Amino acid sequence: MTLVLIAEQILNGLQLGVTLFLMSAGLTLIFGVMGLINLAHGSLYMVGAFAAAAIAGATGSFILALIAAMTASAIAGTIVEISVLRRLYRRDHLDQVLATFALILIFSEGTRWVFGSFPLYLDIPHYLQGPVTLPGEIQYPLYRVTLIILGILIAVFLGLLISKTRIGIKIRAGENDREMIAALGVNISKLYTMIFALGAALAGLSGALVGAIQSVEVGMGEPVLILAFVVIVIGGIGSIKGAMVGSILVGLTDTLGGVFLPKVLQLFMDISTATNLGSSIASMSIYILMGAVLIWRPTGLYGSRL
Amino acid sequence: MEAYWPLWVALMIGERNINLLTLSLFVLIPAWAYLADEPFTITLMTRAVIFALAAVGLNLILGIGGFVSFGHAAFFGLGGYVMGILAWHAQGYSPLLEWPFVIEGTKSMPVIWLVSIMVSAIFALIIGAVSLKTSGVYFIMITLAFAQMMYYFSISWSAYGGEDGMSIYVRNNFPGLNTLDPIQFYSLCFVLLLISLWFVSRLIKSPFGLALNAARQSPQRVQAVGLDLHKLQLFAFVVSGAITGLAGALFADLNRFVSPNMFGWQLSGEFIVFIIIGGVGRLFGPVIGALLFVGLEHFLGELSDFWHIYLGIILLLIVLFSKSGVIGLIAKKEVHSD
Amino acid sequence: MKNLLSVSASILTAASLTMASALAETKVGMITTLSGGGAGLGIDVRDGFMLAIKQSGRSDIKVVIEDDQRKPDVAVKLADKMIQSEKVDVLTGIIWSNLAMAVVPSATAQGKFYLSPNAGPSALAGKGCHENYFNVAWQNDNIHEAAGAYADGAGYNKTFILAPNYPAGKDALTGFKRYFKGQIAGEIYTKLGQTDYAAEIAQIRAAGADSVFFFLPGGMGIAFLKQYSGSGVNLPIVGPAFSFDQGILQAVGEAALGVVNTSQWNKDLDNPTNVAFVKSFQAEYGRLPSLYASQGFDTANLLISAIVKADVNSPDAFRKALKSAEFKSTRGDFKFSSNNHPIQSIYAREVIKEGDVYTNKTISVALENHSNVYTKDCKM
Repeated sequence: MTLVLIAEQILNGLQLGVTLFLMSAGLTLIFGVMGLINLAHGSLYMVGAFAAAAIAGATGSFILALIAAMTASAIAGTIVEISVLRRLYRRDHLDQVLATFALILIFSEGTRWVFGSFPLYLDIPHYLQGPVTLPGEIQYPLYRVTLIILGILIAVFLGLLISKTRIGIKIRAGENDREMIAALGVNISKLYTMIFALGAALAGLSGALVGAIQSVEVGMGEPVLILAFVVIVIGGIGSIKGAMVGSILVGLTDTLGGVFLPKVLQLFMDISTATNLGSSIASMSIYILMGAVLIWRPTGLYGSRL
Repeated sequence: MEAYWPLWVALMIGERNINLLTLSLFVLIPAWAYLADEPFTITLMTRAVIFALAAVGLNLILGIGGFVSFGHAAFFGLGGYVMGILAWHAQGYSPLLEWPFVIEGTKSMPVIWLVSIMVSAIFALIIGAVSLKTSGVYFIMITLAFAQMMYYFSISWSAYGGEDGMSIYVRNNFPGLNTLDPIQFYSLCFVLLLISLWFVSRLIKSPFGLALNAARQSPQRVQAVGLDLHKLQLFAFVVSGAITGLAGALFADLNRFVSPNMFGWQLSGEFIVFIIIGGVGRLFGPVIGALLFVGLEHFLGELSDFWHIYLGIILLLIVLFSKSGVIGLIAKKEVHSD
Repeated sequence: MKNLLSVSASILTAASLTMASALAETKVGMITTLSGGGAGLGIDVRDGFMLAIKQSGRSDIKVVIEDDQRKPDVAVKLADKMIQSEKVDVLTGIIWSNLAMAVVPSATAQGKFYLSPNAGPSALAGKGCHENYFNVAWQNDNIHEAAGAYADGAGYNKTFILAPNYPAGKDALTGFKRYFKGQIAGEIYTKLGQTDYAAEIAQIRAAGADSVFFFLPGGMGIAFLKQYSGSGVNLPIVGPAFSFDQGILQAVGEAALGVVNTSQWNKDLDNPTNVAFVKSFQAEYGRLPSLYASQGFDTANLLISAIVKADVNSPDAFRKALKSAEFKSTRGDFKFSSNNHPIQSIYAREVIKEGDVYTNKTISVALENHSNVYTKDCKM
């Protein structure tokens, strides 16, 4: 159990957190401003990954693939928003659950119909491959460092967008009082579509970035969706800051929990029981974290008080 | 919204009649299947009845209470695992517990049902006490979290099969019946569904039910009148979990198999879907929804490998064009104002 | 006159009986995964199976194919449908061990035959074995045992091993350790469905191992290999074929080059049946077959060989015919052990690139004429 190992695991937790942030930022905005529970966010993540794989395969350029991912997801999101979700804003959350659940089915099998049943190939570009030496002689994959930096940049960009621009004001006002800003003359439909497209683009980008080091296959979005929901609940609905803090917390807990829990338990019991029990508790750890946060702050860390 | 149906249909069919129509389907279809020697149709209907029961439980807290639980599969799985553990020990002739006192397994359905209900109720008490302090999407997430925890726990609990689950080779016993005979097992499940529907309908009409309904629509007023909101909702949650737990035990018996999938969030989602397509808050909403879903699953599955797309489209159409599910579509009167 | 009548009567009876048995149909129910994430495996098994049926030219085998969506309760429902409604005689198709555990015990208890083209859980090989259950692929442990044998033979001394925390994963590590005599540098059970292995790779780096063995089927394996290749940890990898089959290799790409994996089949196995199979599969479906396709193909041919010898409606004769396994398999000669699992050689193969396509090349025999360790637990 060296310091190098611990440092590496912390970096891993940060990187997982950043990936989650891209998903949760969009989700929290969509829910915070539009009041929409979007179960199909995982499908937009998947669409981005598949688009990236297709374009990377055709052109060989990773940058183009990322752009394609964001564009494809944004377009898919916009189409879905205009045709289906627009009718559901006034409706019960339940109707939104059902509609977006139906969308998951359509997107998943639709993707399989277009791209086939085998996973697709997507790899990180040559200039980002291999490890890089960080201070303290830690060898860490360059790509993951890039992800961390990229995530922080996007977080800053979103933060500035929300706090310093006109759109940001509209978003914050919309989170506060939807009807009022409509009464004040803001074009709600356009605003909502824009927010949804932004959230979708972020999800697609996340899918592409992560798909490069994991696998691009149907159903890849749902596990991330669950995690993203956990993040925004911990962070507080509607808050980008909350999404950032929540993502980091969840990323660190999941990574460090999985590594250190079995080791800690090994101090008290034999190896195989400790590994077994440790792995089980590790899988449950983020939910335990969420429960603990909710007991302390029922609306999340940065959520508005109900 | 009713404009999408011919006016005379909308005028003529009240909710009461839809309920009767549904019940008669549940009697006629298996009867036909029995006479036509199509045991698989009976098995399908049993699946629908059990899902209906699970959703009836959920509807109590979701439709009447107004809390969307995305973790009701926790109770479904609990009921299933209670059955699995008890029956597995019985079929292996080994006791569950030897110290401090001996607990043997059992293959008797009434005992298993009783234990499933009790265990689910206890867990519902704990989960409800914690979760009901939140509301809205937070409640959705925390109930999901509990179900997920049980899912991961059951996967790693290798004593009872882990991800492979447990097979119970022969269906459990009910005095006087041959439970392996599809029509007899179906009748058993159907009777249980009827009893639960009757129980829930009495509950809804009772002072408790009225208070719960009122609490959903206007919590402050109910509190102002002096009722303990939290106790009301907790009681509803416990009953709801117990009913879904019973359904889980039956499901395990139907499939003669228990696995962590019974705790899965997709199943929790499906229960919610049954209620929504049938009609939220309506007594028979979950029943119609379950029947529709099982039917769609069966018939669409024969159409194409990609039948999920058709299912998704149908569900979308239902949600877009019907304000309160299928019942809302057909019946004229609204039961609850929203 | 009477003699003529009785002779004609007996000729007619004999003729109609022969015709009846020639027309007697064997109905097969195939329950496999055709939708969702793991569909590739089920589609391969189905395609291999149906190719063999087509090539046999027989019209008396009817195959009903259904999609289990990888859900145990759907598999049970479909099995019920096939047995009760379609009245099949033989069941086959299931890919995953947990679905097999849900379906096989009750199917065989109802007197149906089950031929497994993939899943081979230890429970069905040992205590839960049944005379009607035949596994045409392998017993789950076999492929991992072969990996252990290969690692031992290759001179690895400190291997780091990992698998997901579920029964098949535990069986994998146990199987590996059964034949690997060196030191285990570290043993990790990951979360089922986990996609980020940075933490585990960091532990591998820190453990001072000289090799890695992993069992991570499907998308998990793809993720691990990609992340491993970018991490700078360059230890040799050994694994079972499940992460390196023809379908998955294209998704992993370069990251898989040079990895050694163990399998009972490879497309370059040099026997006439296999050569013809690979060629015809590619001609029919436009892609190279995977080991799953070969298993489906062999299962169908086993079934056909039994139908030729006996009628499925005489279960004892049919069972005997199945057990004698007189068919030409893509792996050469085929023999069943006492608990109805194959006794076969398991090969070590290396991932190479042939032109544009990633595929496997057989490099050695890891285990020869290998049976399984559960024969003594099976009281058939």
